[in-house]
Amino acid sequence: MSIDLSQFFEVFFEESFEGLDTMEAELLNLVPGEEDLETINTIFRAAHSIKGGSGTFGFTSVADFTHVLETLLDQIRQGERELSTEHVNLLLKAVDCLRGLLAALQSEQEPDLNEANALRLQFEQVLEINNDAEASVQLAGAKDTGSNTYQIDFKPHQHLFKTGNEPLFMISELAELGELETHVFYDEVPDITELSSDECFLHWRFFLNTAKDKKAINEIFEWVEDDADISIELCGGLFTNDSQNNDVKHSVVSDECTLKNEESSTTQPAATPAKPKAQSNDKKPVTTPESTSIRVGIDKVDSLINMVGELVITQAMLNQLSEQEITPATITSLQEGLAQLAHNTRDLQENVMRIRMLPINFVFSRFPRLVRDIAQKLNKQVELKLIGEQTELDKTVMEKISDPMVHLVRNSLDHGLETVEQRVAAGKDPVGTVTLNAFHQGGNIVIEIMDDGQGLNTKKIREKAIANELITADSILSDDEVNELIFMPGFSTMDEVSDLSGRGVGMDVVKRNIQSLNGSVEVTSAPGVGSTFTIRLPLTLAILDGQLVKVAKHTYIIPLISIVESLQIDITKVSRVGKNLDVLRLRDEYIPILRLYDIFNHQNAIESLDKTLLVVVETDNQKVGLLVDDLLSQQQVVIKSLEANYHKVDGVSGATILGDGRVSLIVDISGLIKLSGLKKPGSQELIIDQHIAVEAQ
Amino acid sequence: MNAEKSELNNALSLQQEQGIKQFLTFIMADEEYGVDILTVQEIRSWEEITELPNSPDFVKGVINLRGTIVPIIDLRLRFGLSSAEYGSLTVVIVVKIEFEQGSKIMGIAVDAVSDVYSIAEQDAKAVPSLSESNSCEYVAGLVNVGEKMIALIDLQKTMNI
Amino acid sequence: MKRILAVDDSASMRQMVSFTLKTAGFDVTEAKDGSEALAIAKQQDFDAVISDVNMPIMDGITLIRELRTLPNYKFTPLLMLTTESGLDKKVEGKAAGATGWIVKPFNPDQLLAVIKKVIR
Repeated sequence: MSIDLSQFFEVFFEESFEGLDTMEAELLNLVPGEEDLETINTIFRAAHSIKGGSGTFGFTSVADFTHVLETLLDQIRQGERELSTEHVNLLLKAVDCLRGLLAALQSEQEPDLNEANALRLQFEQVLEINNDAEASVQLAGAKDTGSNTYQIDFKPHQHLFKTGNEPLFMISELAELGELETHVFYDEVPDITELSSDECFLHWRFFLNTAKDKKAINEIFEWVEDDADISIELCGGLFTNDSQNNDVKHSVVSDECTLKNEESSTTQPAATPAKPKAQSNDKKPVTTPESTSIRVGIDKVDSLINMVGELVITQAMLNQLSEQEITPATITSLQEGLAQLAHNTRDLQENVMRIRMLPINFVFSRFPRLVRDIAQKLNKQVELKLIGEQTELDKTVMEKISDPMVHLVRNSLDHGLETVEQRVAAGKDPVGTVTLNAFHQGGNIVIEIMDDGQGLNTKKIREKAIANELITADSILSDDEVNELIFMPGFSTMDEVSDLSGRGVGMDVVKRNIQSLNGSVEVTSAPGVGSTFTIRLPLTLAILDGQLVKVAKHTYIIPLISIVESLQIDITKVSRVGKNLDVLRLRDEYIPILRLYDIFNHQNAIESLDKTLLVVVETDNQKVGLLVDDLLSQQQVVIKSLEANYHKVDGVSGATILGDGRVSLIVDISGLIKLSGLKKPGSQELIIDQHIAVEAQ
Repeated sequence: MNAEKSELNNALSLQQEQGIKQFLTFIMADEEYGVDILTVQEIRSWEEITELPNSPDFVKGVINLRGTIVPIIDLRLRFGLSSAEYGSLTVVIVVKIEFEQGSKIMGIAVDAVSDVYSIAEQDAKAVPSLSESNSCEYVAGLVNVGEKMIALIDLQKTMNI
Repeated sequence: MKRILAVDDSASMRQMVSFTLKTAGFDVTEAKDGSEALAIAKQQDFDAVISDVNMPIMDGITLIRELRTLPNYKFTPLLMLTTESGLDKKVEGKAAGATGWIVKPFNPDQLLAVIKKVIR
């Protein structure tokens, strides 16, 4: 029978990647000299599984490569070899290499074996192997009493008969050695018109259970060694000679299966080694495909089932009510029922969103390795602390926040942390600390990346910003505001572009990526003490808590999270600054008033400030007031993209569909600020200061 | 659904076999235009539209098409003609257009839908460059059907906004 | 129908062995380590057990040794899956009471060829 092994591939890949993650994590825990046996065994087993599976499923390149890892690990766990840092580094590199090989195979592409071969040589040097010695250890067979099972592939060349040999006799001889199971293949037999009776077109696969050793089998085929393709492979055996069914000595099982890729005299186990699809001419970079599946804890599923149950009950109840006569009493019950429905729906919604949530540990786990590698490269000593690994966030958000986080951590290691000498000279612990801290706050997840390094050089940032014309020389900015300038495009204070960061394309891309997730990033720093980058992200991408507002007969939605307060304008506190800008004095701040109807070019709007309301919002450390006709309800809305069938519209971050089926637009506050002309942080202060100057006169 | 499917198959096979395409035609400002029927997803009556601020005048706004946001284009304005009032008789033809960057679903607001014609590609003549509207960039060809003249719209160019 | 207990910490291997044996007409139960296998074996009788050697919690050789102490498993065929380089494991396995061995990696046909020696 031929079983299609490819049905098991996906499971194999998944468990192998997990195994590699385990290997990496445990390797990072190993301290040579203090290693614990259980850790080594875990690493060994992971490598062993990968080797076994890859061999079974035909991924020979992986099996061959993993073999040297397994050998080294085996020696270490048996106590035959002492673990060294060199071993750990080599093994870590091997893990990376295997990831690449497996990823290629998973995408059905040809894996690049150059790195694997180079690493294998290194392993072999460490193990002091020469290939010949190895081969003789294999296939020693059963020297003790017992029977072995061999798989024998016998393919005579066409002319075999002309040597006077008869396959049938050889098969009989094989049968004499023990129990023989025979499979014969007709796939090479040509059409009857081409068939010639003095040529051999059949080939066989035998399974022989015998107490004899391989030599006995070889002897049978001695005379036809050059006239046939023969491979003999030991596949198993029994420790004693008895097998339960001695009567069946010779069984012939006829098969018409075609054995592809038969190779002579090799020890390939799988009949059809997995053949990657022909690769396209331009070699595509192999990226691990973004997984489209998610593991869900069964408790979450049970919660959902409960909630759906409640929903069904509520629905049945409402149904029943609807069949009754309409009286004030039933109306009250109906309203109560609807409230219950709203409650059920909300619960269900919250819980469904939780399904997409995974602990941030999935992202955090990248960092021990990353930090170790970079610290080694930079010759710095770093300790990584991870806090709040179990904090959950949306799977897609997590996948997209990974790269920005990596960049920020690299930045901390490269620019933030000082060298050992510098730290000692400053009286600090020579080992620097990078801390990743994740926690929930409001409807957001907050991720802090802290280092106890030298902090940001505010003076240098300011100079660079002036040089790059990002701010004017006389703009008055607080230290924090200057530090925020590093997020502007084209900014870099590194005089040389280092390999890791400082290319000037980093921080602004980081900020943009985070903003595209509806999040924000800011930095605080103290010279000589350290820096902290704080990333804020909404817990989910698709849903927004919104405040519906009316502007000139149109309904818009303002994200609730950006609203500071809503108020009626006290005209006495409003002053005009410049040509068109009205500013409201609110306690000790000046809030510019943005007239939405103007920015959106709507006609017939209410313009007077005493008939409208002001919604004060904050974004990017800027506060502005949005002028609206009226406040409507607050709702949770599902964000729908405009870009799917149209494109981005300035001042609008997306759309949603209201309960009545109408489309309503969600405002993008930074976009509105840009459209209104209130752009640079520096310039705003300038306007206000002018105004104060005028007032003071 | 099955009748529609078989009609679609007919259209496809006609096209493949004889270079004949089927066009859905509609009336706009008393002229008749046609679009490849294979792009037409559905025809809707006029509904309330949400304006998109600071957009070109021919982008009337967006509607909710079963949960997807779809922009509605006023073809008159796109062609540089004077606009018309939209009322209950206005019809929206929803089309799916393949662009380089992917496919998009968009709606065209027209006065009325006319008919479906099978037209051989070879019969389409090029548009003369003198014309009242700037429609020449957007019209792939002109065709005579009986006494009428139909302008075949190049959706990819027209809807590339 | 004869019942086989298949033990391996690798899910893909378990699936492959299970599928192969089921297609050949056996009833198959899976376990992911020796300790789970022992618990299952104590609750129901199997006609044969196939087990990997390297597993967490309880390895294959210990499993075989433990099974042999159970009255119902004194004569049951117990097969171990071993890699070529683990030939010394065979000696250990035999001492623990294993019936035979199958070399990893193996293809489905090889698995069946060896299984057929002890159970049909």
